[in-house]
Amino acid sequence: MSDTLAPTLQGGAAPPQEPVFYVPGEHHPKNGTLLGFWVYLMSDCLIFACLFATYGVLGRSYAAGPSGADLFDLPLVAVNTSLLLLSSITYGFAMLEMRRNRIGATQLWLAVTGLLGLGFLSLEIYEFAHLIHQGAGPQRSAFLSAFFTLVGTHGLHVTFGIVWLVTMMIQVRMHGLIPENRRRLMCLSMFWHFLDLIWVGVFTFVYLMGVLP
Amino acid sequence: MTTSHMDNLADRGLHGHGHGHDHGHGHGGGHDHHDDDDGAGHGTLKSYVTGFILAAILTAIPFWLVMNRVFPSSRTTALVILAFAVVQIVVHIIYFLHMDTKSESGWNMLALIFTLVLVVITLSGSIWIMYHLNSNMMPMSTHDMRNMP
Repeated sequence: MSDTLAPTLQGGAAPPQEPVFYVPGEHHPKNGTLLGFWVYLMSDCLIFACLFATYGVLGRSYAAGPSGADLFDLPLVAVNTSLLLLSSITYGFAMLEMRRNRIGATQLWLAVTGLLGLGFLSLEIYEFAHLIHQGAGPQRSAFLSAFFTLVGTHGLHVTFGIVWLVTMMIQVRMHGLIPENRRRLMCLSMFWHFLDLIWVGVFTFVYLMGVLP
Repeated sequence: MTTSHMDNLADRGLHGHGHGHDHGHGHGGGHDHHDDDDGAGHGTLKSYVTGFILAAILTAIPFWLVMNRVFPSSRTTALVILAFAVVQIVVHIIYFLHMDTKSESGWNMLALIFTLVLVVITLSGSIWIMYHLNSNMMPMSTHDMRNMP
C-alpha cells in the first residue's frame, strides 16, 4: 500500500509497479449475437412471467362461469405437449446435421420440426375455437381472459417461430450453410427450445393445476 | 473441458472443409471462424436424446398423477407437479439450451440468474399481494355472483 502511494520517495530501491487499468484475458464473449439473443429471450421470459402472475391471480375468478375442470381436455393437451417436445428434439437433430454440413438432412429435420409446430398450432386453434363456440371466450370471465392471453401469447410465439423457420429453410436453400445462416439457425434453436420450456410452465400451471378439484 | 475443447477443434476442421465447397465468394479464412463455434455450447446426439427421454418421463408423470387422481389432496398434487415442472425446466436448460457456467464467459448464466430473480419476485409478489387483497375484499355471496353484470 505504502509503495503505491509514495513510490518516488523510496529513492529507487524498487521500480514502481505499472498501474493496471484492465484485466487481461477474456471478458467479452467473442460472439455477441448469441449473447444478445439470449438477453432477448430473458426479456421474453419476463413477459411470460407477468402473464403467469396475472393468470395466478385471476385463475380462480370464474364469475360463475365454467372452470378449468369443465373446459380442459387433458388428452388433447398431452398430444400437444408431445408434439412440441418432439419438435424440440427434431430441431436438435437439424442442428447436429448442420454441424456435419449436410444441407439435405438439415432441411429435412427443419421441415419435420415445422410440421410438428404446425400440428401443435392447429390443435391449439381447434381448442380455442371449441372454447369460443361453447361460449367460453375470453370475455366470459377473468379466468378465461387470463387463460387466452397467456396461452395465446405462447401460440403467437410458435407462429412466428414457424415463419422464421420457413424463412431459414429458404435461406439455406438459396445460400447453403454459410456462417450467417449457421448463426441464425442457432438463434432459432434457442428460440424454439425456449418456447418448449415456456410450454412446460403452461401445461403444469394452467392445464394440470386447472383441472384439480 | 478438454473433451469440449477437442470437439470444438474438430468442428472447426470440418467447417473449414465445408466452406471450401460451399461458397467461393471471398470470405477471409480467419473471418468466418468466429461467427459460429464460440457461442453457447453445442449438444451432441447423446445429450439431445438424454434430454428428450428425461423430459418425456418428467412430462408423463405429472399427467398420470393428475389424470388418475393418484393423490387424494389437490394441494399435494399441485406441489408435486410444480416440482416436476421445475426439474423439467432445468433439464431443458441443460440438455436443449446447453447452458453451463462457461457459455459466453458466464454472461449467459448471469443474465439467467438475474431473470430468475425478477421472475420469482414478479410471481410470488403478485400472487401473495393479490391473494391478501382478495381476502380483504367484501365477501360476495353466490347469489350476488350469479346476478353480476
